[in-house]
Amino acid sequence: MNFDYSDDQKFLKSEARKFLDARATAKVNRAVLDDPTKSYDPDLWKAVAEMGWLGTAIPEAHGGLGLGHVELCAIAEELGRVVAPIPFASTVYFFAEALMLAGSDAQKADLLPKIAAGELIGCFATSEGPGAVTADRLSCTVDGGKLSGVKIPVTDGDIAHKAVVLASEGGKPSLFIVDLAGVARETLKTLDPSRSAAKLTFASAPAERLGGVGEGIALMEAVFDRAAVLIAFEQVGGADKCLEMAKEYALGRYAFGRTIAGYQAIKHKLADIYVKNELARSNAYYGAWALNTSASELPIAASAARIAGSEAFWFAAKENVQTHGGMGFTWAVDCHLYYRRAKQLGLVAGASRSWKERLVSQLERRNAA
Amino acid sequence: MDFNDTTEEAAFRSEARTWLEANAPKVNLSGKPEAELLKLAKAWQAKKAEARYACITWPKALGGRGGTPIQQVIFSQEEGKVGAPRGFFDIGLGMCIPTLMAFSDDATKERFVGPAVRGEEIWCQLFSEPSAGSDVAGLRTKAVRDGDDWVINGQKVWTSGAHYCDFGIVLVRTDPDVPKHKGLTMFWIDMKDPGVTVKPIHQMSGGSNFNEVYFENVRVTDSQRLGPVGDGWKVALVTLMNERLAVGGATGPNYPELLSLARSTPSGDSSALEDAAFREKLADWYVQAEGLKLTRFRSITALSRGQTPGPEASIGKIVSANQLQAMSTEAMEVLDQYGIISDPELAPLEAGFQQSVMWSAGLRIAGGTDEILKNIIAERVLGLPGDVRVDKDVAFKDMPTGL
Ligand SMILES: Cc1cc2nc3c(=O)[nH]c(=O)nc-3n(C[C@H](O)[C@H](O)[C@H](O)COP(=O)(O)OP(=O)(O)OC[C@H]3O[C@@H](n4cnc5c(N)ncnc54)[C@H](O)[C@@H]3O)c2cc1C
Repeated sequence: MNFDYSDDQKFLKSEARKFLDARATAKVNRAVLDDPTKSYDPDLWKAVAEMGWLGTAIPEAHGGLGLGHVELCAIAEELGRVVAPIPFASTVYFFAEALMLAGSDAQKADLLPKIAAGELIGCFATSEGPGAVTADRLSCTVDGGKLSGVKIPVTDGDIAHKAVVLASEGGKPSLFIVDLAGVARETLKTLDPSRSAAKLTFASAPAERLGGVGEGIALMEAVFDRAAVLIAFEQVGGADKCLEMAKEYALGRYAFGRTIAGYQAIKHKLADIYVKNELARSNAYYGAWALNTSASELPIAASAARIAGSEAFWFAAKENVQTHGGMGFTWAVDCHLYYRRAKQLGLVAGASRSWKERLVSQLERRNAA
Repeated sequence: MDFNDTTEEAAFRSEARTWLEANAPKVNLSGKPEAELLKLAKAWQAKKAEARYACITWPKALGGRGGTPIQQVIFSQEEGKVGAPRGFFDIGLGMCIPTLMAFSDDATKERFVGPAVRGEEIWCQLFSEPSAGSDVAGLRTKAVRDGDDWVINGQKVWTSGAHYCDFGIVLVRTDPDVPKHKGLTMFWIDMKDPGVTVKPIHQMSGGSNFNEVYFENVRVTDSQRLGPVGDGWKVALVTLMNERLAVGGATGPNYPELLSLARSTPSGDSSALEDAAFREKLADWYVQAEGLKLTRFRSITALSRGQTPGPEASIGKIVSANQLQAMSTEAMEVLDQYGIISDPELAPLEAGFQQSVMWSAGLRIAGGTDEILKNIIAERVLGLPGDVRVDKDVAFKDMPTGL
């Protein structure tokens, strides 16, 4: 048994940390957060592309590094730690994964090298309004290769070059690749402006099918499974950082004549965060294993990774604010960057409610078999 | 990241499996009285020892196999599958004998380790007292020097297995004039000594697994001392460190049993399994239970890389004991009015959930309470300060006491 990163993966991770600690400081996040005209940090994006990270799991034949998904998970964990303000998740976890999962040889050959080179920002457009999207409620349609309808919210929809869009053609849901050049887009006000989101209005936009006819919902779920595992690593990275912040603050803050880190209410709170983080990390590792080996357990593993990751990051983020007292509630202190990101990541691949339902349905099937 | 055995591990697993298939007793243990279980467990332990599958990591000269921690894990996994009788030797072999091995002379080791490995003699841990549990260093049982001997008087409590144990390690006060941690000494004692009285305690769960133990002028020789006089706390820490390794998680029904129960219990027009609120909780417990299992895999990985697991192992007991209590409570909710029935003939799963509701309350206390374990994580893993202490520099005899 070897249920941990390998030495090479640990090295990659520590190099990533060094790089991001220098390049992706809270100031970089805030430059995007504080400026309504900025949707991401192009310099950081370029630097990350130069590191080759965008192509971590893309095969060498398509211009990537050809490493595995575990390496990508290691990088995701580090990106989560620094709440990086770049369209990494949209482009790599969703768009590239969708292509690798369902793309034709021609589609892969065309687009994957551009992703790896940092020339193409991608996004994944499924939601159309309040509530999770289903085949019955899907209103975007494709007719004669042209897509029409509204998608909202689409993370990075305002800056992406292309989108993978869920729409129905002849009553059958499928995925489509759409170039966003001529598509109307409007940046939305969201909880985490360091990760921008948009409303996309398609009016007969040229659309090229990705994957089989009528496979849209199944493919969307498969992409969500893959993204959920990768996002779980961002969540674990963010949650661990919150624990460190809370600990450091508690040790230095004095009340009633001693450090607040000595009060059990604080000690036990931080112990609770630690326990949740460790369980989330373990579930994420299992997801990484399932993703990397394309194991049949992936849907269950991804659900568990997502549920544990969302819970751990949210708990750590909110209790980190609490541990900081009034300081924690200020714009100036970084707690809210994590508080915002915890919610963004916790919803972007679907809410925990839906994942829990999905998980139990699968357990039911397994238990019946 | 992979779950596969290395070549050597796979070879050991198949060897262990073959041996277990040929040798494990094929008996149904459920509902058997303790005395009978004890007999079966002793016989099984002897068989394991003979084949060197007992205490796999211990040196061969002491009756072990000279194997690796990972081999021990593999064997336990395989042993778990054949349903062999176990549980009677965990405290002795997991905590007492390792303490003895660390602090006694060769003759003592020679005398005791072998019989313990073979299951011929069972050991108990005599630490807790009526006035000293979490704060075990506050104990009052005292040993007074008399020539080459020591004379022990006092009372222990919550001693698991004392009623069938042959020997024990006992932590006592040898100097009340110094602060409490400094006046303790550890001894091993013969539980059959006429001065030792064992009185079973009736637990809220109905059974009597633990006891009160009284010492009345129990005379021990100085050679029974483990570690220097006044160094008992250091010795106890070695025992307690081993406790964290020995006490894994709670055992009892888990999410698959709860899922089956809900599936077979009607609710509204369908089954309780269709209830959205139930499903959400089930998902959480699955994620938690899997998280624990996988966290153990991470510890095993650390073990096989030669690292020793630290206090982070405390996670297992906090999470599993609380989860067992919560899941069993939910099982009762699923059963509705019928949930109160704890008759194994009538209640599903031979009343496994009803038993767990009662037993899990004790699990949250045994081997370190939830609160103490959180303190351990906060202090030893996260490096936060200890609690404010008013007892550090006060002589034991001057310390305030309550109940
Ligand atoms: C099933 C079972 C088997 C056991 N087997 C053995 C055995 O074989 N040998 C043995 O020696 N002992 C054994 N014990 C005893 C066990 O170790 C103690 O019960 C346990 O350590 C708690 O001590 P206590 O009962 O004195 O409770 P107390 O220490 O009095 O605790 C009462 C409450 O106060 C809380 N508390 C105490 N101190 C603090 C603090 N500093 N901060 C916050 N909260 C605190 C506790 O968490 C608890 O909620 C067993 C107990 C059980 C339930």
